Amino acid sequence: MKVSVIVFPGTNCDRDTKWAFEKIGAEVEFVWHNEHDLKNPDLVVLPGGFSYGDYLRSGAIARFSPIMQEVKDFANKGGYVLGICNGFQILLESHLLPGGMTRNENLHFISKFHHLKVIDNNNRFLQNLNIGEIVNIPIAHAEGNYKVDEDTLKKMYDNGQVILKYCDENGNELNPNGSVDSIAGICNENKNVFGLMPHPERAMESLLGGSDGVKMIEGFMK
Amino acid sequence: MIVAVNVHLKKGVLDPQGKAVHHALETLGFKDINGVRVGKQILLDIDTEDKEKAIELAKKAADELLANPVIENYEIEVK
Repeated sequence: MKVSVIVFPGTNCDRDTKWAFEKIGAEVEFVWHNEHDLKNPDLVVLPGGFSYGDYLRSGAIARFSPIMQEVKDFANKGGYVLGICNGFQILLESHLLPGGMTRNENLHFISKFHHLKVIDNNNRFLQNLNIGEIVNIPIAHAEGNYKVDEDTLKKMYDNGQVILKYCDENGNELNPNGSVDSIAGICNENKNVFGLMPHPERAMESLLGGSDGVKMIEGFMK
Repeated sequence: MIVAVNVHLKKGVLDPQGKAVHHALETLGFKDINGVRVGKQILLDIDTEDKEKAIELAKKAADELLANPVIENYEIEVK
Protein backbone atom coordinates (compact mmCIF):
# COMPACT_ATOMS: atom_id res chain seq x y z
CA MET A 1 0.00 0.00 0.00
CA LYS A 2 1.23 3.48 -0.89
CA VAL A 3 0.65 6.27 1.59
CA SER A 4 1.26 9.98 0.94
CA VAL A 5 1.76 12.07 4.06
CA ILE A 6 1.10 15.77 3.39
CA VAL A 7 3.50 18.22 5.05
CA PHE A 8 2.46 21.84 5.66
CA PRO A 9 4.61 24.54 7.27
CA GLY A 10 4.01 23.84 10.97
CA THR A 11 3.12 20.15 10.63
CA ASN A 12 4.99 18.22 13.33
CA CYS A 13 3.62 14.66 13.31
CA ASP A 14 4.73 13.86 9.75
CA ARG A 15 7.70 11.68 10.72
CA ASP A 16 5.79 9.77 13.41
CA THR A 17 3.05 9.13 10.87
CA LYS A 18 5.53 7.91 8.25
CA TRP A 19 7.17 5.62 10.82
CA ALA A 20 3.79 4.23 11.93
CA PHE A 21 2.65 3.35 8.42
CA GLU A 22 6.04 1.88 7.52
CA LYS A 23 5.82 -0.27 10.64
CA ILE A 24 2.65 -1.91 9.28
CA GLY A 25 4.27 -2.44 5.89
CA ALA A 26 3.18 0.58 3.84
CA GLU A 27 5.37 2.50 1.41
CA VAL A 28 5.31 6.13 2.56
CA GLU A 29 6.14 9.36 0.73
CA PHE A 30 6.09 12.93 2.01
CA VAL A 31 4.30 15.46 -0.16
CA TRP A 32 5.06 19.17 0.43
CA HIS A 33 2.11 21.57 0.62
CA ASN A 34 2.98 23.50 -2.56
CA GLU A 35 3.29 20.43 -4.75
CA HIS A 36 0.56 19.45 -7.20
CA ASP A 37 1.22 15.72 -7.42
CA LEU A 38 -0.04 13.34 -4.73
CA LYS A 39 2.35 10.62 -6.05
CA ASN A 40 -0.39 8.12 -6.82
CA PRO A 41 -1.24 6.94 -3.28
CA ASP A 42 -3.79 4.42 -1.97
CA LEU A 43 -4.21 6.60 1.10
CA VAL A 44 -3.53 10.28 1.82
CA VAL A 45 -2.78 11.21 5.45
CA LEU A 46 -2.96 14.76 6.79
CA PRO A 47 -0.88 14.54 9.97
CA GLY A 48 -1.06 16.53 13.18
CA GLY A 49 0.72 19.75 14.06
CA PHE A 50 0.07 23.45 13.77
CA SER A 51 -0.17 24.14 10.05
CA TYR A 52 0.42 27.85 9.35
CA GLY A 53 0.69 28.48 13.09
CA ASP A 54 -3.05 27.85 13.54
CA TYR A 55 -3.54 31.44 12.29
CA LEU A 56 -7.17 32.60 11.98
CA ARG A 57 -8.57 29.14 12.88
CA SER A 58 -6.86 25.76 13.06
CA GLY A 59 -6.64 24.37 9.55
CA ALA A 60 -8.17 27.46 7.91
CA ILE A 61 -5.10 28.52 5.92
CA ALA A 62 -3.86 25.03 5.02
CA ARG A 63 -7.09 24.54 3.10
CA PHE A 64 -5.75 26.94 0.42
CA SER A 65 -2.47 25.09 -0.15
CA PRO A 66 -2.01 23.92 -3.74
CA ILE A 67 -1.88 20.28 -2.63
CA MET A 68 -5.30 20.55 -0.92
CA GLN A 69 -7.00 20.98 -4.31
CA GLU A 70 -5.44 17.65 -5.27
CA VAL A 71 -6.55 16.08 -1.97
CA LYS A 72 -10.11 17.32 -2.61
CA ASP A 73 -10.15 15.87 -6.13
CA PHE A 74 -8.70 12.60 -4.83
CA ALA A 75 -11.35 12.40 -2.06
CA ASN A 76 -14.19 13.32 -4.42
CA LYS A 77 -13.15 10.45 -6.71
CA GLY A 78 -13.42 8.05 -3.76
CA GLY A 79 -9.76 8.04 -2.66
CA TYR A 80 -9.08 7.29 1.02
CA VAL A 81 -8.07 10.26 3.18
CA LEU A 82 -7.24 10.23 6.90
CA GLY A 83 -6.85 13.43 8.94
CA ILE A 84 -5.29 13.17 12.39
CA CYS A 85 -5.67 16.06 14.87
CA ASN A 86 -4.69 19.18 12.86
CA GLY A 87 -5.31 17.06 9.76
CA PHE A 88 -8.90 16.54 11.00
CA GLN A 89 -9.24 20.31 11.49
CA ILE A 90 -8.00 20.89 7.92
CA LEU A 91 -10.57 18.40 6.55
CA LEU A 92 -13.34 20.26 8.43
CA GLU A 93 -12.18 23.64 7.11
CA SER A 94 -11.97 22.15 3.60
CA HIS A 95 -15.58 20.92 3.91
CA LEU A 96 -14.50 17.36 3.22
CA LEU A 97 -16.01 16.50 6.61
CA PRO A 98 -19.09 18.08 8.28
CA GLY A 99 -18.90 20.35 11.35
CA GLY A 100 -16.30 22.63 12.90
CA MET A 101 -13.82 22.77 15.75
CA THR A 102 -13.73 25.18 18.71
CA ARG A 103 -11.45 25.65 21.72
CA ASN A 104 -11.51 22.96 24.40
CA GLU A 105 -14.19 23.76 26.98
CA ASN A 106 -11.62 24.17 29.77
CA LEU A 107 -9.29 26.21 27.50
CA HIS A 108 -6.36 23.88 28.26
CA PHE A 109 -4.11 22.12 25.82
CA ILE A 110 -4.82 18.49 26.74
CA SER A 111 -2.03 15.96 26.20
CA LYS A 112 -2.56 12.47 27.61
CA PHE A 113 -3.67 8.94 26.82
CA HIS A 114 -7.47 8.76 26.55
CA HIS A 115 -9.83 5.83 26.04
CA LEU A 116 -12.05 5.76 22.98
CA LYS A 117 -15.03 3.62 22.14
CA VAL A 118 -15.73 2.29 18.66
CA ILE A 119 -19.23 3.46 17.67
CA ASP A 120 -19.24 2.20 14.09
CA ASN A 121 -16.91 -0.21 12.30
CA ASN A 122 -18.71 -0.46 8.98
CA ASN A 123 -15.88 1.41 7.29
CA ARG A 124 -12.38 0.73 6.01
CA PHE A 125 -10.57 2.48 8.88
CA LEU A 126 -12.10 0.65 11.86
CA GLN A 127 -12.98 -2.65 10.18
CA ASN A 128 -10.52 -4.57 12.40
CA LEU A 129 -12.24 -3.40 15.59
CA ASN A 130 -15.58 -4.40 17.10
CA ILE A 131 -18.42 -2.03 17.92
CA GLY A 132 -18.09 -1.10 21.60
CA GLU A 133 -14.39 -2.03 21.67
CA ILE A 134 -12.26 0.31 23.76
CA VAL A 135 -8.84 1.53 22.65
CA ASN A 136 -6.34 3.71 24.48
CA ILE A 137 -4.85 6.41 22.26
CA PRO A 138 -3.04 9.68 23.06
CA ILE A 139 -4.77 13.01 22.50
CA ALA A 140 -2.88 16.30 22.22
CA HIS A 141 -4.91 19.35 21.26
CA ALA A 142 -6.30 22.72 22.35
CA GLU A 143 -9.10 22.78 19.78
CA GLY A 144 -10.89 19.45 19.80
CA ASN A 145 -14.30 20.68 20.86
CA TYR A 146 -16.24 19.37 17.87
CA LYS A 147 -19.45 21.16 16.91
CA VAL A 148 -22.07 20.33 14.31
CA ASP A 149 -25.73 21.30 13.88
CA GLU A 150 -28.41 18.89 15.10
CA ASP A 151 -29.82 17.94 11.70
CA THR A 152 -26.39 17.06 10.33
CA LEU A 153 -25.54 15.13 13.49
CA LYS A 154 -28.69 13.04 13.15
CA LYS A 155 -27.84 12.24 9.54
CA MET A 156 -24.31 11.30 10.61
CA TYR A 157 -25.65 8.82 13.18
CA ASP A 158 -28.12 7.35 10.69
CA ASN A 159 -25.36 6.87 8.14
CA GLY A 160 -22.74 5.45 10.54
CA GLN A 161 -20.47 8.48 10.29
CA VAL A 162 -19.89 8.90 14.03
CA ILE A 163 -17.14 6.33 14.49
CA LEU A 164 -15.30 7.12 17.75
CA LYS A 165 -16.26 8.66 21.09
CA TYR A 166 -14.23 9.55 24.18
CA CYS A 167 -14.86 7.29 27.18
CA ASP A 168 -13.28 6.01 30.37
CA GLU A 169 -11.55 2.63 30.67
CA ASN A 170 -14.92 0.92 31.22
CA GLY A 171 -16.51 2.48 28.20
CA ASN A 172 -18.59 5.07 30.03
CA GLU A 173 -18.77 8.39 28.23
CA LEU A 174 -16.01 10.73 29.46
CA ASN A 175 -15.63 14.02 27.65
CA PRO A 176 -12.20 15.71 27.84
CA ASN A 177 -12.88 18.76 25.64
CA GLY A 178 -16.61 19.54 25.42
CA SER A 179 -17.05 17.90 22.02
CA VAL A 180 -20.73 17.32 21.08
CA ASP A 181 -21.80 13.83 22.26
CA SER A 182 -18.11 13.22 23.20
CA ILE A 183 -17.29 12.67 19.54
CA ALA A 184 -13.61 11.93 18.84
CA GLY A 185 -13.74 10.74 15.22
CA ILE A 186 -16.04 10.86 12.19
CA CYS A 187 -16.14 10.04 8.50
CA ASN A 188 -17.89 11.48 5.44
CA GLU A 189 -21.05 10.15 3.86
CA ASN A 190 -19.16 8.00 1.36
CA LYS A 191 -16.91 6.61 4.12
CA ASN A 192 -13.66 7.37 2.35
CA VAL A 193 -12.65 10.49 4.32
CA PHE A 194 -11.85 10.05 8.04
CA GLY A 195 -10.97 12.52 10.76
CA LEU A 196 -10.07 12.03 14.40
CA MET A 197 -8.44 14.13 17.12
CA PRO A 198 -6.56 11.26 18.86
CA HIS A 199 -3.17 10.14 17.49
CA PRO A 200 -3.12 6.43 16.54
CA GLU A 201 0.41 6.93 15.17
CA ARG A 202 1.58 7.58 18.74
CA ALA A 203 0.20 4.24 19.98
CA MET A 204 2.22 1.79 17.89
CA GLU A 205 4.55 0.28 20.50
CA SER A 206 3.53 -1.19 23.87
CA LEU A 207 6.95 -0.19 25.23
CA LEU A 208 5.97 3.43 24.55
CA GLY A 209 2.62 3.30 26.34
CA GLY A 210 0.33 1.34 24.05
CA SER A 211 -0.10 -0.27 20.65
CA ASP A 212 -3.84 0.11 20.04
CA GLY A 213 -3.08 2.38 17.09
CA VAL A 214 -1.78 -0.58 15.08
CA LYS A 215 -5.12 -2.31 14.55
CA MET A 216 -6.70 1.04 13.74
CA ILE A 217 -4.42 2.09 10.91
CA GLU A 218 -4.04 -1.52 9.71
CA GLY A 219 -7.66 -1.23 8.52
CA PHE A 220 -6.33 0.69 5.55
CA MET A 221 -4.02 -2.17 4.55
CA LYS A 222 -6.80 -4.53 3.48
CA MET B 1 -11.09 52.38 2.97
CA ILE B 2 -10.84 50.42 6.19
CA VAL B 3 -13.55 47.81 6.68
CA ALA B 4 -13.77 45.74 9.85
CA VAL B 5 -15.05 42.18 9.91
CA ASN B 6 -16.15 41.28 13.44
CA VAL B 7 -16.28 37.53 13.98
CA HIS B 8 -17.99 35.85 16.95
CA LEU B 9 -18.98 32.32 17.83
CA LYS B 10 -22.68 31.70 17.16
CA LYS B 11 -25.09 32.15 20.06
CA GLY B 12 -25.66 28.44 20.68
CA VAL B 13 -21.93 27.65 20.61
CA LEU B 14 -20.26 27.76 24.02
CA ASP B 15 -17.51 30.39 24.15
CA PRO B 16 -14.97 29.08 26.71
CA GLN B 17 -12.78 32.19 26.42
CA GLY B 18 -15.75 34.47 27.08
CA LYS B 19 -16.70 32.36 30.07
CA ALA B 20 -13.18 32.56 31.53
CA VAL B 21 -13.01 36.35 31.02
CA HIS B 22 -16.45 36.73 32.60
CA HIS B 23 -15.31 34.74 35.60
CA ALA B 24 -12.18 36.92 35.94
CA LEU B 25 -14.27 40.11 35.76
CA GLU B 26 -16.58 38.79 38.47
CA THR B 27 -13.55 38.08 40.64
CA LEU B 28 -12.49 41.71 40.15
CA GLY B 29 -15.86 42.89 41.42
CA PHE B 30 -17.71 43.57 38.14
CA LYS B 31 -21.03 42.24 39.39
CA ASP B 32 -23.31 43.82 36.76
CA ILE B 33 -21.86 42.05 33.73
CA ASN B 34 -24.20 39.22 32.74
CA GLY B 35 -22.01 37.58 30.15
CA VAL B 36 -18.92 37.94 27.96
CA ARG B 37 -18.33 36.78 24.41
CA VAL B 38 -14.83 36.97 22.95
CA GLY B 39 -14.51 37.43 19.20
CA LYS B 40 -12.00 38.84 16.78
CA GLN B 41 -11.85 41.91 14.59
CA ILE B 42 -10.15 41.68 11.21
CA LEU B 43 -9.37 45.03 9.54
CA LEU B 44 -9.27 45.05 5.76
CA ASP B 45 -7.60 47.96 3.96
CA ILE B 46 -9.58 47.94 0.72
CA ASP B 47 -8.46 49.88 -2.34
CA THR B 48 -11.72 51.67 -3.14
CA GLU B 49 -13.76 54.71 -2.08
CA ASP B 50 -17.03 53.02 -2.99
CA LYS B 51 -18.59 52.00 0.31
CA GLU B 52 -20.98 49.42 -1.15
CA LYS B 53 -18.23 47.81 -3.18
CA ALA B 54 -16.02 47.62 -0.08
CA ILE B 55 -18.78 45.98 1.96
CA GLU B 56 -19.49 43.49 -0.80
CA LEU B 57 -15.82 42.57 -1.02
CA ALA B 58 -15.50 42.21 2.77
CA LYS B 59 -18.58 40.01 2.82
CA LYS B 60 -17.10 37.75 0.15
CA ALA B 61 -13.82 37.52 2.10
CA ALA B 62 -15.71 36.69 5.30
CA ASP B 63 -17.80 33.99 3.61
CA GLU B 64 -14.82 32.37 1.92
CA LEU B 65 -12.22 32.55 4.68
CA LEU B 66 -12.49 34.99 7.59
CA ALA B 67 -15.43 33.30 9.35
CA ASN B 68 -16.38 29.63 9.56
CA PRO B 69 -20.15 29.58 8.98
CA VAL B 70 -20.49 26.29 10.87
CA ILE B 71 -19.57 27.89 14.20
CA GLU B 72 -19.22 31.65 13.65
CA ASN B 73 -21.23 34.73 12.69
CA TYR B 74 -19.79 37.99 11.43
CA GLU B 75 -20.72 41.64 11.07
CA ILE B 76 -19.21 44.17 8.73
CA GLU B 77 -18.44 47.70 9.84
CA VAL B 78 -17.00 50.52 7.68
CA LYS B 79 -14.48 52.51 9.71
